[in-house]
Amino acid sequence: MAQVEFCDVTRRYTRELTALRNLDLTVRDGEFLVLVGPSGCGKSTALRLLAGLDTPTSGEIKIDGAPVNHLGPGQRDIAMVFQNYALYPHMSVYQNLAYGLRQRKTPRREIDQRVRDTARLLEIDALLDRKPGQLSGGQRQRVAMGRALVRRPRAFLLDEPLSNLDAKLRTQVRGDLKRLHRELPVTSLYVTHDQVEAMTLGDRLCVMANGEVQQIGTPDDIYSRPANTFVAAFMGSPPMNLVPGLVRGGVLHIGEVRVMEVAAADGAVTVGARPEHLQLRPDSELGVLAARVDFCERLGSHVLVHALVDLAADGEPARLILQAPADADFGAGSRIAVGLNPDRTHLFDVETGTAKRGREQILLPNGSGMPI
Amino acid sequence: MSHTTEITADTVLDDAVDDLPAASRARRLPFSLWHLVLIPLTFVLIAPLVWMLLTSLQTHAEATHFPPVLVPEHPRFQNYADAWAAAPFGHFLLNSLIVTLVVLVSNLVVCSLAGYAFARVQFLGRGALFLTLMATLMVPFQVTMIPVFLIVKWFGDNVWDALGIDHIGALMLPNLATAFGIFFLRQFFQTIPVELEEAARVDGTSRLGVLFKIVLPLSLPAMSTLAALTVLTSWNDFMWPLIVVTSTDQMTIPLGLSYFQGAHNTQWPLLMAANVMSLVPMLVVFLVAQKYFVQSVASTGLKG
Repeated sequence: MAQVEFCDVTRRYTRELTALRNLDLTVRDGEFLVLVGPSGCGKSTALRLLAGLDTPTSGEIKIDGAPVNHLGPGQRDIAMVFQNYALYPHMSVYQNLAYGLRQRKTPRREIDQRVRDTARLLEIDALLDRKPGQLSGGQRQRVAMGRALVRRPRAFLLDEPLSNLDAKLRTQVRGDLKRLHRELPVTSLYVTHDQVEAMTLGDRLCVMANGEVQQIGTPDDIYSRPANTFVAAFMGSPPMNLVPGLVRGGVLHIGEVRVMEVAAADGAVTVGARPEHLQLRPDSELGVLAARVDFCERLGSHVLVHALVDLAADGEPARLILQAPADADFGAGSRIAVGLNPDRTHLFDVETGTAKRGREQILLPNGSGMPI
Repeated sequence: MSHTTEITADTVLDDAVDDLPAASRARRLPFSLWHLVLIPLTFVLIAPLVWMLLTSLQTHAEATHFPPVLVPEHPRFQNYADAWAAAPFGHFLLNSLIVTLVVLVSNLVVCSLAGYAFARVQFLGRGALFLTLMATLMVPFQVTMIPVFLIVKWFGDNVWDALGIDHIGALMLPNLATAFGIFFLRQFFQTIPVELEEAARVDGTSRLGVLFKIVLPLSLPAMSTLAALTVLTSWNDFMWPLIVVTSTDQMTIPLGLSYFQGAHNTQWPLLMAANVMSLVPMLVVFLVAQKYFVQSVASTGLKG
């Protein structure tokens, strides 16, 4: 086990194409850190740099405080699980598991012991004589995990290990991974574009976009206090609603409606609110947004109401998604009134998209969106 | 019991087929329409071999008779013994075996190393070098024959006698690696998922180890194809040995066969008997390689 550090690491492929820009990141000893972001955001590049499969253009990567830039992948004592598992097709499951240990000249008896222990842990001990071609997707995934585990490396690198599994299996394996990490707390760096995986597995998340870190924090930090509009829109399903607003005289306006008092400087802002924090209110109340229902998505436990809010400022209506109780029933075109929760409303800079210190900016901490 | 089972299976199949539309039923012809083309073609291809075999069993009179005698009256197996005795045939065979074996091993080793470098290793000028290599494939042998002769002669004079003119070394030297082999293996190596190699490197394998432990075992189909082609080319090579070798003790089989071809009189039965004997190793190679071809087709279904 070890602490992994990226110190100002940049990977530039060509003058125009920079996959990773000035990454500063520390994965603590035994921590499960998830790199999450859309494809092409540099998360896999970061993983490959740590594995030694790619070389940084500048910056330093350290494992346990010692720089490893000059070390080959085999000398870093890390193990990697690939998206397509990369099991050696010409070797049996046993040989696949034993391969890394054989390369390191581990005594034969110890190899046998460790392979069998690992196989038992992952419940693949009945498959040891099979070739990868004779295994199902879930079994291959476990063999790939086993090949990493059996080495007892200083760090695990996982590159979208669940993306080739079907939805049901993915949920199950996700649970297995969580349990496995609790039993064997090895420093792990996990790459995914799936925010559910990220939220459920990670001790901390690092959200990336365009080769840059957007935010690093616990799942709760990322979800409840997004650092910018990208994180707000990327994490959460459905994503956070983002609508244009205006602060005038310490009061937030959306369209012509005075919504709530805020402690932000006057000017245009982007207002963010998650669907579950938008409330259906009587339209007689002040400070609510008048909206008309576009359509509803019934998910059993709740209903997602897609509504359009007319903003007088520009003709284009803003789309809001709000989560309503399962028994809510709206036809297309019905009129509803939507209220914002001041504790859970975020303001972002229009230009840079960065958060304006989140809810601290919003006054009336116990208020109910009382208009001034 | 098993007989009953078979009938049942057939009956079920027939019942199922009866439900199929007429177009599918047409497929139940005992042969494909292609066979109408392929079977005559097979006869055309096999005819020279059969004629060779028949001639090798005829007397000289039968072989030169007109109209041709197809089936010898009394098959004369003595022709084989005579052919073996008439020329230092064992010596030719040994020379051919040595040359082919050396060329084969060297081709497999050198071409796989070079092919892997071109497929996976990033180095300056890789593209240009590969293009140059490809360009050499377009130059016919007749053009390079004399320069190669001079190079080989220089090697013999200055480096090692055994590589020089009129030695079997001269038959090996220009063929130790071929541009085609490098190109062929490079193409195949590129189809192997790069993650397999990366996984092996993370597991602590060196670059060369990756080639020998991961890439080559997965390239058996390509390697066996290249091996078969190399053996064939080397075994049948006539032009180059004819130019560089003049002494009988350095000759290979194709040269040796011309032994039976005099200026005025050709010993057809002996020549054909010698031909049949020189063909046997090729047939063995084909049968062995065929096994690998089938295996490789079967294993392409495996996905890591």
